[in-house]
Amino acid sequence: MRQLVYVVFTAMLLSVAAGCGTDRSTPDKVNAVNAAGLSGKLTVTGSSTIAPLAMELAKRFEQLHPGVRIDVQSGGSGKGISDARSGIADIGMASRALKDGESDLTAHQIAADGVCLIVHKSNPVIQLSDKQVIAIYTDQLNNWIDAGGTDLPIAVVHKAEGRATLEVFLSYLELENPAVKADVIVGDNQHGVKTVAGAEGAIGYVSIGTAEADALAGEPIKLLPVGGVAATTANVASGEFPMSRPLNFVTGRSPGALATAFIDFCQSEEVHDLIVSQYFVPVQR
Amino acid sequence: MTLSCRNISFPFNADRWLTRLTRLSACVSAAIVLLVITFLLLESWPAFRTIGVSRFITDESWHPLSDRFCLVPMITATALTSGGAVIFAAPLGVCSAVFSQFYAPPRIAAWHRRLVELLAGIPSVVFGLWGLVILVPLLAHLGGSGQSLLAATLVLALMIMPTVALTSSSALSSVPAELIRGGAALGMKRWSIVWQIAIPAARSGINTGVMLATARAVGETMAVLMLAGNVPEMPSAIVSPVRTLTANIALEMGYATAEHRSLLFVSGLMLMGVVSAGVLIAELVRGRRHV
Repeated sequence: MRQLVYVVFTAMLLSVAAGCGTDRSTPDKVNAVNAAGLSGKLTVTGSSTIAPLAMELAKRFEQLHPGVRIDVQSGGSGKGISDARSGIADIGMASRALKDGESDLTAHQIAADGVCLIVHKSNPVIQLSDKQVIAIYTDQLNNWIDAGGTDLPIAVVHKAEGRATLEVFLSYLELENPAVKADVIVGDNQHGVKTVAGAEGAIGYVSIGTAEADALAGEPIKLLPVGGVAATTANVASGEFPMSRPLNFVTGRSPGALATAFIDFCQSEEVHDLIVSQYFVPVQR
Repeated sequence: MTLSCRNISFPFNADRWLTRLTRLSACVSAAIVLLVITFLLLESWPAFRTIGVSRFITDESWHPLSDRFCLVPMITATALTSGGAVIFAAPLGVCSAVFSQFYAPPRIAAWHRRLVELLAGIPSVVFGLWGLVILVPLLAHLGGSGQSLLAATLVLALMIMPTVALTSSSALSSVPAELIRGGAALGMKRWSIVWQIAIPAARSGINTGVMLATARAVGETMAVLMLAGNVPEMPSAIVSPVRTLTANIALEMGYATAEHRSLLFVSGLMLMGVVSAGVLIAELVRGRRHV
């Protein structure tokens, strides 16, 4: 018995040591293109909205180029910008366009994120002005009859604090979160769709990718236009849809060869399935 | 405890080893709780240091990104949903156990037990989905969106009922047969045997089951998250939406950074507080009954 314990313990120690060994032998940031293909290590940090997508992209890129290791860390768009600037990260992730003071950096758009309003399919309302949406979300408009619908109380479906869709929604309407009076607060998009599908008087907002797919799959929801533009992934991709934002990879002026290769890969058509699976919209180049 | 002395039939001192082994296991299981609490305290310390303790009670609402940190509605919601669930589930569970132990024919009792075991094994997310698609639209007729204190309490009750039923059932089945036969020999009706002999004799087992069920209700996250509406405000009616402490953590953890994260650990600490308070009250009640 005791011998067995020793054997197992030694084996564990050895495997740990081996793990450390390979870690150390991988040189940091080689960014070299050698004859066998790409190899080296990339650090990608920033927006928590993009991070799950970036991890999927990195996984596929690593499969294509076994010599490459990509380390994805989330921490907000601000961190992505500052890490890209300071060189801590090879690529920063920012779920917004670059600001005026950030012209020392280059943004490479990999996808777009659009948020649309959804109501129950039986709701006769086909359009709401931005003012009406604000009134609904701040509890000044409580019945669909005042918004051109039937006599039905409005159930306001809102998202939990910190969610990306909530930020897009609030910043488009220029609302402060504490001003919103919600009847239901949901976590992810799927939860939002199920909630609106289950209550005839509900209104909510979710990622367009999710809403479009679920409406096609037969969920009883209806996508409302925002600012007169129909809520479709095509309109998000073309940049027409107002309640949307770009998802950017941010680099310094001259990114290394490996970083450039990874960004090119992320902008190519072969990753569109990954982008769609994360409910984002691929952009045409 | 009597330690067996060295003897020739057994090569080494088994009792000494068993003592060491059980002592070690006891230490480990106690240490885990202490480790978790220490970890929670460490992680929530930054929030306490910058915000202080009182603002978690006196602030007007919970908007952690806008500097408002009131946790009271969520503590209330956790207490209400799990308390309500136990009030629904405990009588149901005990009655189901009494039925299968004393009234049901053996074959039906076996099937009944299997069904209850199956109910206990249904994952909470399935309960949540069922509640969201079936129960919530029904409850919406009572007013509001349907995602409410009531929906969460009802589904929680369904989820913890099997725990009460199964533990009560095994507690009842381990009541000594002599007691039951003695009662029958005295001419007691089945009703009196059940309520005056079997249940009092099985009380500590049933209590344990109810405690376990309460703990499960307090800790349940997924189903409650899908059904309670999650608005962090004091409920004004049974159809008002509420947010429990567990739902609060699950909703915001994935997107929380730095201080916000630390605030969620405060939620976790409060949850430990609610559970400890529950255990303490149960101990007190039990203690008073014994006197």
